[in-house]
Amino acid sequence: MTSARSREGQRLPPGSWPLSRQSVADLIREHQWLLLGLAFVLVFLLSIFVGRYPAPYWMSPSTLWEDQMARQLVLNLRLPRILTACMLGMTMAACGTVLQMIFRNPLVEPGLLGVSQGAAFGAAFSILFLSGAALAQEALATVFALLGLGLSYFLARRVRYGGWILRLILSGIAVSALFAAGVGVLKYLADPLTQLPDIVFWMMGGLWGVTWTDFWYILLPVIVGLTIVYLMRWRLNLLSLDDDTGFSLGAAPGRERALVLVASVTATAAVVAVAGVVGWIGLLIPHVARRFTGADARRALPASLLLGGIFALLCDDIARTLLAGEIPLGIITSLFGAILFMAMMLSKNIRVQR
Amino acid sequence: MSDNGMISASGLSFQYNGSKRTVLQDLSVEIPGGTVTAILGPNGSGKTTLLRVLLGVLPPREGMIRLAGRPQGSYSRRELSQLVGLVPQDEHIPFDFSILEYVLLGRAPYLGPLAMPGAKDQQVALAALNVAGLADMQHRPLPNLSGGERQLATVARALAQEPRILLMDEPTAHLDLGNQGRLLAITRDLASQGVTVVLTTHDPNLASSLASYAILMRDGQVLDAGPTGVVLTEERLSATYGVPVQVLEAGERRLILLS
Repeated sequence: MTSARSREGQRLPPGSWPLSRQSVADLIREHQWLLLGLAFVLVFLLSIFVGRYPAPYWMSPSTLWEDQMARQLVLNLRLPRILTACMLGMTMAACGTVLQMIFRNPLVEPGLLGVSQGAAFGAAFSILFLSGAALAQEALATVFALLGLGLSYFLARRVRYGGWILRLILSGIAVSALFAAGVGVLKYLADPLTQLPDIVFWMMGGLWGVTWTDFWYILLPVIVGLTIVYLMRWRLNLLSLDDDTGFSLGAAPGRERALVLVASVTATAAVVAVAGVVGWIGLLIPHVARRFTGADARRALPASLLLGGIFALLCDDIARTLLAGEIPLGIITSLFGAILFMAMMLSKNIRVQR
Repeated sequence: MSDNGMISASGLSFQYNGSKRTVLQDLSVEIPGGTVTAILGPNGSGKTTLLRVLLGVLPPREGMIRLAGRPQGSYSRRELSQLVGLVPQDEHIPFDFSILEYVLLGRAPYLGPLAMPGAKDQQVALAALNVAGLADMQHRPLPNLSGGERQLATVARALAQEPRILLMDEPTAHLDLGNQGRLLAITRDLASQGVTVVLTTHDPNLASSLASYAILMRDGQVLDAGPTGVVLTEERLSATYGVPVQVLEAGERRLILLS
């Protein structure tokens, strides 16, 4: 910001073109919230018109006006899916930011602590034994995701050595492995022609078949969870300090971390139950957001929310549009996530101090 | 001297969970308010643990602590955080906060759990940065600082907290001579404003030039406590560290050396 001002005098007179690369970067930085907000709205609106009806890739706004069928499709299929994609991205990114800060480790992601594997186990279980009825599947995935979190937490409290963070991460790894083994058993038992593909597809993550019911199902936990962490966003900074320092500043690091942890992971569990295991958003987007705004969660968290929403919307647009058949969303997010991650590594923008 | 920030501990015992070793053993000490007190002792003598127990983050197994005239347990968490500040030895911060953002965290004791720091907090933080000599670099990210600058940022964060008791664990460990001088000036200034400063150090010369009160610790017990001139003698320092120590008088100053 200071650099923008100090360079003010050297700026080219108004109207002259081209602007230098540096001054464009400064302009972006000065108006980053406006730009982020605009980008979000734009991507959201774009997503309404992107698709394979009536013809691949694009529906003109006039079609929406004139074609009864198109209106039905947008209202009943595309809109709930777009809104769910938004919430998926926002929740994963926010949860990633929260977990990275309270675990004081920039490499943590929301699926840790047994949540992803727990949800996968619940979903696979319902596919095998409850014939995969949508609501039962979501409910069971949520229950097992929360069970994964609860088990990790309980185990961590029982472990006798190491700090709180180490204990939780170790417990999370152990509980995840337990559920992964369970998923393995279920896959082995599953009918290879009908049930196995369902399990595999669920685990690749995706938003096909999302309806308004699914949207309403995740709305409450997501709103409650995200509201809590949003309101406590300055406090997150405090929770990212050493325990002793946090204590000296009046925080109750254990209890406050538990609160934001449960709030954000519960929201994640609900989203994972509907969308399956969609990786990389929760790991990557917090880094991208911090790159724009710095580490202070007063700005990094809202930026994560917006960027997470944009990223998930774009990936889902590709997933449902690019080919005649659906591409699992988890594959797209992994593909673009990994590419983005590599680009960031090469441009030395990932800062990890150990 | 004011009794305002006085610290008294009696019969303190402490063991870490699951460890058999008693880190503090029936330790009693009185630390006068509004002075700089140095805690000296060999590695592993319990200096840092004593600071953490005084801070309240470690509950002692036995014993009683009074801070500014009241039992430690009678303070709410919020009151305690407004009373006692901490400068830890080596704070690890994995994210690149700017110096100002970091120092603003010192205002947390005065803000509710959902509140954000306001204009007044900003002012206090900037004043603290001025005192620490970091005002020019307030927007620099912490990881880009030298060890000494980061230590001063930690001090500034504690200053923004406006505590009446300030605990510092090896505050001069990463500092060059110039920054040591700055830290000494800050510390003296605080004491003259009535803040009770308690610091641990491995440097008896620092203790003798800065502190007016010294505590010698060994094996979780206080060997000796009192005015620095009385405590920091050849005989007592030799007994504390188990090596022969020589004290040279140079005018008003004294120089402590291994002999």
